[in-house]
Formats: sequence, structure tokens, C-alpha cells
Amino acid sequence: MSTGEGASLITAPPKPVRNPLPRPAVLGITAAILLVVWGLGWLLISVGVLDAYVMSTLTTICINIILAVSLNLIVGFTGQLSLGHAGFMAIGAYTCALITMPFSSAFPDIEIVGFILGLIGGGLAAGVVGVAIGVPTLRLKGDYLAIATLGLAQIIMVVLQNLEITNGAAGLSGIPSYVDWNWLFLLTAGTILLVSNLLGSAQGRDIVAVREDEIAASAVGVNTTRVKILAFTVGGIFAGIAGGLYASSFYVIQPQQFSFMLSINILVIVVLGGLGSLTGSVLGAIVLGLVSTFLQSYPEIQMILYSLILVLLMLFRPQGLLGNREFSVRALGRILPIRTKKESKA
Amino acid sequence: MEQLIQQLINGLALGSIYALIALGYTMIYGIIQLINFAHGDIFMVGAFVGYAGMTTLRLNFFASLALAIITCLLLGVLIERVAYKPLRKQTRLAVLITAIGMSFLLEYTMMYFVGPDPRAYPALPDFMRATIKITDNIVITGAQILILAVSITLMIALQLIVRYTRIGKAMRAVSQDPDAARLQGINVDTTISFTFAIGSALAGAAGVLVGVYYNSINPLMGILPGLKAFVAAVLGGIGIIPGALLGGFLIGGVETLVAGYGFSSWKDAVVFAILILILILKPSGLLGKNVKEKV
Repeated sequence: MSTGEGASLITAPPKPVRNPLPRPAVLGITAAILLVVWGLGWLLISVGVLDAYVMSTLTTICINIILAVSLNLIVGFTGQLSLGHAGFMAIGAYTCALITMPFSSAFPDIEIVGFILGLIGGGLAAGVVGVAIGVPTLRLKGDYLAIATLGLAQIIMVVLQNLEITNGAAGLSGIPSYVDWNWLFLLTAGTILLVSNLLGSAQGRDIVAVREDEIAASAVGVNTTRVKILAFTVGGIFAGIAGGLYASSFYVIQPQQFSFMLSINILVIVVLGGLGSLTGSVLGAIVLGLVSTFLQSYPEIQMILYSLILVLLMLFRPQGLLGNREFSVRALGRILPIRTKKESKA
Repeated sequence: MEQLIQQLINGLALGSIYALIALGYTMIYGIIQLINFAHGDIFMVGAFVGYAGMTTLRLNFFASLALAIITCLLLGVLIERVAYKPLRKQTRLAVLITAIGMSFLLEYTMMYFVGPDPRAYPALPDFMRATIKITDNIVITGAQILILAVSITLMIALQLIVRYTRIGKAMRAVSQDPDAARLQGINVDTTISFTFAIGSALAGAAGVLVGVYYNSINPLMGILPGLKAFVAAVLGGIGIIPGALLGGFLIGGVETLVAGYGFSSWKDAVVFAILILILILKPSGLLGKNVKEKV
């Protein structure tokens, strides 16, 4: 019988980095990588490689990266199985749409402000819901929490199907689109950086402590409920932002799009990449994004493949593609000859 | 008043179907602490096998029911052996994710073969279409009586197996403490397989009954009833067999009442709201006892 209540599919904690790069070099290299990716995107768009079709795949991948990174924070790092991530996303998508649509017709000159407000509103609304549902349900453990989050996402879907303002099952359409590569890049990179910084902080160590052993963590003074609510709230905010991005990218949102199926799709990405690895989530989103593009005309085969991946991964490689390994700029010190006199120990 | 009684009768029929599915959930959870997400889809497979039995093979209702029960029994054991048994030493999250994967695998493999469109169940024999009028507004259909009769028969059979047979005793022992049971010479793996066999057989029967009752089946029909049956199991107290019955009837009753009084589109939300409430107020369920956390 298994003993672990939580999610430790990861056996060993990450080793400390040998020869870490000094901080200025880390910042410099990070900025350089980001600039190169951003520039490469615009270069490919300007030479026409990224046409509208490829761009929509890229948009999906970016949204999935944000969703997977935020879900990984909850499932992979905090060890709380959530099956309701689509619920947060739905709230973000609807809030963003309901802000941008009237705003763009009321203030056509500064409509981009409406989109920014919509994204912020969507993220905040999802975060507030995260706190509101987190406070009562996070006392639950393991399976019970999973099933409670699933139930809540179902309730959110039913509410969206029945409200007047969300236009019922038909959903909202004609959502103004502002999403271009700048927005995609900014939000995706921003999510990854913020979540990885959170995990590197003292809060982050509390988060991982709760995953490793909740009872031991609370015994050494970690407020486990607070940590779990923090993870749920931050995860919810980013899922909400991903929802806003989705609403503005694809013009139409319907309650049915945010079903249990979507929550599972995000979970597949996280598990494929590796629970507890942000790099893995990014990789998983890219791999599955490409796979589903190739299988677009065969939706049933796509879902059969997804489920097979999930089962086979758990049977033969439960740690996912990357386990809990991360790409880390600091660890590049092992291969790069950059040194300062003051070896930082951070 | 008459409408209320009619709704309660409808709720009883629906509730007994939920109870049949919930029994499988609760027994499997009781024995290996796994929410078997694939359970709702075994129920779906049962509905389709019953359909194939009645149409392609031209069997009568009871022969098709038996065919569905046997197929689902084998399927349940197969899934346990292939997907869950190798993970016995893994964390519960790994097994839970596998169960979700199996669920989707069953749904979409079935969809690949039969297509996504709903199918109508074959016309019922006369005795099921017969109705009994108690008053002008209270009507019991033959199908409802049949559903109730089949469910109650299967539940009594289950209770007899668990209480009075050697394997039932083994099941109870393994659910209390698998290691201690093994030390007593009980074959834990066989017992777990047997539990899956019984649970899946009940789900298969429920599948055929739903096909008869609602007259429409499709490859994704198992998701919602599966989740609601799980809610029923949690409501009654997961791992407790009478609790699954109680929960099934309660959920069936509530759902029918909510739908009957004009809030049909909200009925799923009400069921899940009950789930959240029970999880917050009494996670061990109506019939459950509180267990202290051990380090």
C-alpha cells in the first residue's frame, strides 16, 4: 500500500548548484535569452514563417504554458491535486471578455487599456475565487481535495451556462482581439519568471516543504493552510490571465470549452513534463501542442493518444520527461568560464 | 403533493442506478483508497455491450444484461491488472492519474469505434412499457419497477457475498489493513481483483438499466453519472456499503426534485454543491466515523 498522501512522485530533492554563476551574469544571460526568443519570434513573423495558422498553434502553446506552469505550482510543487484548473481559466476568460467588450465600444480610442484592465480583472477575479474556494476546501487532503476542485469547476461551468450576463450555453462571441506576439511573449515569460522566482524564495521553500511532508512542515512552523492558499491563489491568478488571453485570441468563449476535459489536458501537460519542473511544463506544452496540431483532423485519435501517454507515463516513467530537473541559468556556471572574486552562495 | 410523490418515484429509480455505480466506487476506494475514475466508463461500456446484445446478437433483455455484466467484470479485472496493480507501491497521485487516463482511454476508444453520436436503445418488451396508475397523476412504469428490482437483487447479493462468504471476509480484512491481511494468509491481489470484478459487474448492470431508462447512450455518457455516483459514495461515507445506497438514493432524489420543479439546468450544480458541503462539514460522510490522523 502506498503511504504518501500527497504528490511526491519526486524521490530526491534537487541538489545544490555547483559553481553557480554570479548574480549580474545570471540577470544578463536571462535577459539575453529572453531578448533572443522575442526577437526570433518577430523575425519569423516578418519573413512569413509564422503565418496565421502557425500563429494560432503558437498562441495555444503559450496559453498552455501559462496554464501548465500555474497548475504545476499547485500540483507539482505544493503537492495538492487540483482537477479544476479549467474553472479558474473560465473565470478569467469571462471576466476579461466582459470588460473588454463594453470598453472597446465605449472608448474606441484607448481600447487596449480595456484589454489590460480585462487581463488584470480576469486574473484578480480568478485569484479571488481561488481564495474563496481555497479557504474552506484546502483543509481537505489528497483525493478529497481533487474531487472538491473538480466539483467546483463543474459548478462554475453550470453557473456560466445559466447566467444572463454570460449569454448561457451559447457563450460570448465577438470579443475584440489584441493578442500579438508581444503580448504572448510578455505574459508567458512573465508567468515563468514570476513563478520560478516565487519558488526560489522563502515562500517557495515552504511550498516544497508542504509537498514533501505536510505534518513535518507544520511541525517546524510552516503555516500549511496559508501556503496552500498562496499556491492556489497564485495558480488561479495566472490561470485567469491565461483565460483572458484565450478569450481575446479566439473571439468566442463557451462554458463547454472549460470542461473537466480541459483540466485534464492541462494535467497531462504537467505530468508529461514532470511534476515539479517548470522547464518540463514548458516542454510538455510545446510537445503536446505540436502533437495535437498534427492530429487536428483526428480528434478521437488525439484523445486516445493523450490518455495512453498518461497511463504509460505513470506505468513506466512516473516522473515525466524531466522529473524535477530544471533549466537554470545559475547552473550554467558549470560550463561557462565566468567567475567573480566574490563567489555568491545564494 | 401528487407531483412530489411522482418525483420521488422517479428519484428512486434514478437513485438506484446511482447506488449501483456508487457501490463499485465505494468498494474499490475501501480496498485500495483509489478513486477509480474509469468506473463511470465501465458503466458506459456496459450500456454499449447491452445494446450490442439486444441489437446485433438479438438476445433478450436478461441475456443482454448478463452479457454486459460478464464483459464489464472481465474489463474491470483487466484494467486493475494492467494499469493499477503495477502501481501498488507508487503514490496515490500516480494511481489516480492513471485512473483518469484509463477513463479517457475507454471513452475515446469507444468513440473511435461507434462514433460520437448518441444511439437509441432498442424498443422495450411490452412488460417494461406497461404502466401502473396509482392515481391520475402518479404513474409507475414497468421499466422503473424492473430497475428497482434488478438493483435491489444485486445489492442483496452483494451484501450476502461481503458478509457471509470467505472472499467477502477477505475483502473486509484487506480493506482494514492489507499488510495484516497478508500475514493471515489472505491473497491480497486476488481479493483486490475480486473487488474490481464485483464493482465493475454492478456498473455494467447499471449501464444497461440506464440505457433502458433513458433510451439513449453515447461514449461520453459515463462521465457525469460516474462523478455523481462518486458524490453519492462520498455523501454516504466512502468505503461503507450501506452508505453508497443511502447516498445514491439521496442524490437521485435531490436531482429529480430539482429538475422536477423547473431548475433542470441547475441540477448538476446542486449535486456538486452537496459534495462540497459534505466535504467541508463531514468529510467522512453521513454514515462515516472520524479517523484521527496518524504520523
